[in-house]
Amino acid sequence: MSTKVDIYENVLNQNERLAGEFNQKLSGDGVFFINILWSPGAGKTTCLLNLIPLLPQQSFVIEGDIESDIDTVKMRDSGIPAVQINTEGACHLETPQITSILPEFKEGFLFVENIGNLVCPAEFLIGEHIKLLIPTVVEGSDKPYKYPLAFEKADLILLNKIDLLPYVDFDIDYFSAGVRRLNPDAPILQVCGKTGQGFREAAEWILERSGKKYL
Amino acid sequence: MHEFPAAARILEIALEKAQENGADRATEIHLVMGDRCGYLFESLKLCFEAAAMGTACEKTELTVERIPAQLQCDRCGTRFVKKPFSFDCPKEGCGGSGIPTDTGREFYVKYIELSNDGSK
Ligand SMILES: Nc1nc2c(ncn2[C@@H]2O[C@H](COP(=O)(O)OP(=O)(O)O)[C@@H](O)[C@H]2O)c(=O)[nH]1
Ligand SMILES: [Mg+2]
Ligand SMILES: [Zn+2]
Repeated sequence: MSTKVDIYENVLNQNERLAGEFNQKLSGDGVFFINILWSPGAGKTTCLLNLIPLLPQQSFVIEGDIESDIDTVKMRDSGIPAVQINTEGACHLETPQITSILPEFKEGFLFVENIGNLVCPAEFLIGEHIKLLIPTVVEGSDKPYKYPLAFEKADLILLNKIDLLPYVDFDIDYFSAGVRRLNPDAPILQVCGKTGQGFREAAEWILERSGKKYL
Repeated sequence: MHEFPAAARILEIALEKAQENGADRATEIHLVMGDRCGYLFESLKLCFEAAAMGTACEKTELTVERIPAQLQCDRCGTRFVKKPFSFDCPKEGCGGSGIPTDTGREFYVKYIELSNDGSK
């Protein structure tokens, strides 16, 4: 005997529920959570080192890498509390990995430097309030056309390594038009991790968005 | 790798339902997947087979219906199915371009087929 049973259950619901609960808890604790996405070498760690000192509250950083704790050491050397998650091959972080490693933390900014991969980290919510993308001018202006999902989901885009613009044929208009087709709202700010250019504006935007502006 | 957690969740849903309904096994799990859901069906099947080994879903067939991705024109609001490499609105003379919508992002278990063949 055979019976058909209707289910209509979203496969990713469980993940989204966990992420949603964590997000609520953070909001209650006054923590604004920023999930940082882009490929290895884009300058995620460098940008954090520029951005964090400009924020008016403490920050905590979780470094996600397949292996090593190099970035965590860099953060701590700059006086920024940080912990490392090594995924040992897995392509993205998931909420339970974050909740199990985050120490007691209230009133501040939580940054997660996600695994350098443009597909799965964009797909998986981990409880963040915003997604921060850090593409660079050296990788070509066609990235929004080739990796649409990350751009579609972004809340803020920092176009990094702007100091290298004279040496590469990066077409900012083509890049921006590609982003706008996918995402009408996310600001695209030009920054330079080497000189610190552009991070003041980025910090102000994040502050405004976090609702912590009138501290 | 990417598909494994999703396959494990599908298995969990199916095993729960089989038990609830007192079935010996599931013969089919039918999925709905949008073209932009971010998961590969073939890869999902492989992961599912591995995860289901030794369970009541060991020989379960995974089937799928696909949903094409729709865009919505930023000028005239028309919804249309995205053509490869193009975002252009298909409406004559509009010239707008399509913004992604949620149609094409579906990923759910629609139904399962359970069987009581005394195999348990
Ligand atoms: N020229 C230039 N180099 C940069 C800039 N930002 C980061 N880098 C360099 O890019 C490399 C990778 O940076 P890192 O922050 O480790 O990237 P991550 O892998 O994304 O965390 C390092 O050598 C940085 O010094 C920038 O704005 N301009
Ligand atoms: Mg890094
Ligand atoms: Zn149109």
